[in-house]
Amino acid sequence: MIAQDAYNILWADLAALKRRWLRYLTTTLISPLLYLVAFGWGLGRGINLNGTSYLEFVVPGIIALTAMTTSFNGAGTRLNVDRLYFKSFDECLMAPIKLHSLLLGKALIGVVRGVFSSVAFLVLAMLIAPTIHVGPMFLLGLFLTCLTFSFLGVLAALLAKSHEDMGTFSSIILLPMTFLGGTFFSLSQVPVGLKYALYLLPLTHASLWLRAAALNQSLPWMSFLVLLVFFVAFIGGSMIAVRKMSI
Amino acid sequence: MSKIIKISGLNKDYSGKKVVDGLDLEVEKGELFGFLGPNGAGKTTTIRILTTLTKPSSGQVLINGIDVAKDPANVKSEFGIVQQHLSLNRDLTIAENLELHARLHHLSQKDRKERIAELLDYVELSDHADYLIDDVSGGMKRRAMIARALIHRPKLLFLDEPTVGLDAQTRRRVWDLIRKMNCDGATVFLTTHYIEEAEALCRRVGIIHHGKLIALGTPIDLRQKLGMIAVEMQTNGNGTKYEYFPDRAKAAEFIQGQPGAEKVVMRESNLEDVFIELTGQKVLGDLR
Repeated sequence: MIAQDAYNILWADLAALKRRWLRYLTTTLISPLLYLVAFGWGLGRGINLNGTSYLEFVVPGIIALTAMTTSFNGAGTRLNVDRLYFKSFDECLMAPIKLHSLLLGKALIGVVRGVFSSVAFLVLAMLIAPTIHVGPMFLLGLFLTCLTFSFLGVLAALLAKSHEDMGTFSSIILLPMTFLGGTFFSLSQVPVGLKYALYLLPLTHASLWLRAAALNQSLPWMSFLVLLVFFVAFIGGSMIAVRKMSI
Repeated sequence: MSKIIKISGLNKDYSGKKVVDGLDLEVEKGELFGFLGPNGAGKTTTIRILTTLTKPSSGQVLINGIDVAKDPANVKSEFGIVQQHLSLNRDLTIAENLELHARLHHLSQKDRKERIAELLDYVELSDHADYLIDDVSGGMKRRAMIARALIHRPKLLFLDEPTVGLDAQTRRRVWDLIRKMNCDGATVFLTTHYIEEAEALCRRVGIIHHGKLIALGTPIDLRQKLGMIAVEMQTNGNGTKYEYFPDRAKAAEFIQGQPGAEKVVMRESNLEDVFIELTGQKVLGDLR
């Protein structure tokens, strides 16, 4: 029943997405493609990092970044609008479904959008970086990244008191992560103090895992574990927030 | 008749300010009940508590015998609600909005299909089933919300300002729909800004002011308590004064003793007179 109810919540978004998937895809692919062109082809041409071309290095990072932003926005921004503007979230709260089904459904909206955009970008990226390896561990990491940031989006949307709050959250949390989360540079190149600070960011661990999986390197299981911890923390936070909202 | 809503000693306060203050109210099954009050009186907060969206500070609410605070999951199947604001999913068509609600209420696929067709017909939206929400008029949106509220065959319907923002013609159409739902067996709990709406539709009304229920009865009962005949007097520079009398003879006698009045109108009193006398306010704003 939990899965069925979560799917029912997701179903509404799938129906909407089916109608305008092309527009959605075009919009969400612009940023990662620009990063790819600017950093991968532009700045990074000729740079070699630990025996890997910068292009191959940066593609998994951009995928992690795409997964983060599209999942967060897919779940969080939409929930924020549903809750504060359309007020349609109240209808879900009044439906006879468990709160964790409701949250899972809302998060799955972000997961679907995140996976959809990331895979689309991956397909395009593989045209210029065909050595990228996409195996089960890569897909597992991608799924966990989407799930983690979807729940972060859900949590932010439940805590936000206005649309501006979501914008503030994005500026303070997501934007720094975009550039500092191990997406565009190797953490081995930064000072030790900063490196430890960057390890506190979930995107850092998503980038490390996806990069290792994509480049067939040994997998950083500690990063996977940390990402799992973030995922559980965001679920817990979301549950507490939603419980405060209704009886 | 048994009670479908039973509210006892209900309180809700926000940061020390009482929004609902010791509310006791019972609504019978099959009733069309009007819940009136000025802005900020506590109507919407009461509905939010009844529909599990807000936790009460204290008191008990039973919906069809089920305690809202103790068993919210089961209460949710008992009622449908048309909220004051448009709460449809704007990314979906009218039919998809109904489908989503039917899914959330666990209707089977076959039942969903039949029920959606039946309700679209009921609210006369069959021809607009596949229109996106933003592509239909305000009246159609409101009717779609009513259809959505009915999808799981609730025993109780909360209508929170169901005709706000609608033109007079559409409002009448929604009134007909509300009467029809009530005739078909649904108990209707209606809040409205439009006193004539409550008067036209409701068998019994309650008036809430500063979170307290200050009047309860049939519109006729409440008018009788005030006086069935109203006299409006316009006097030089003093605005309009209202006096109420049990019959026309007493009202006429009073008018004869008021030679200074510029304009005097004798008419039957109405629920709005009751409302203003009790709350000291027009429905849409404070006169004081």
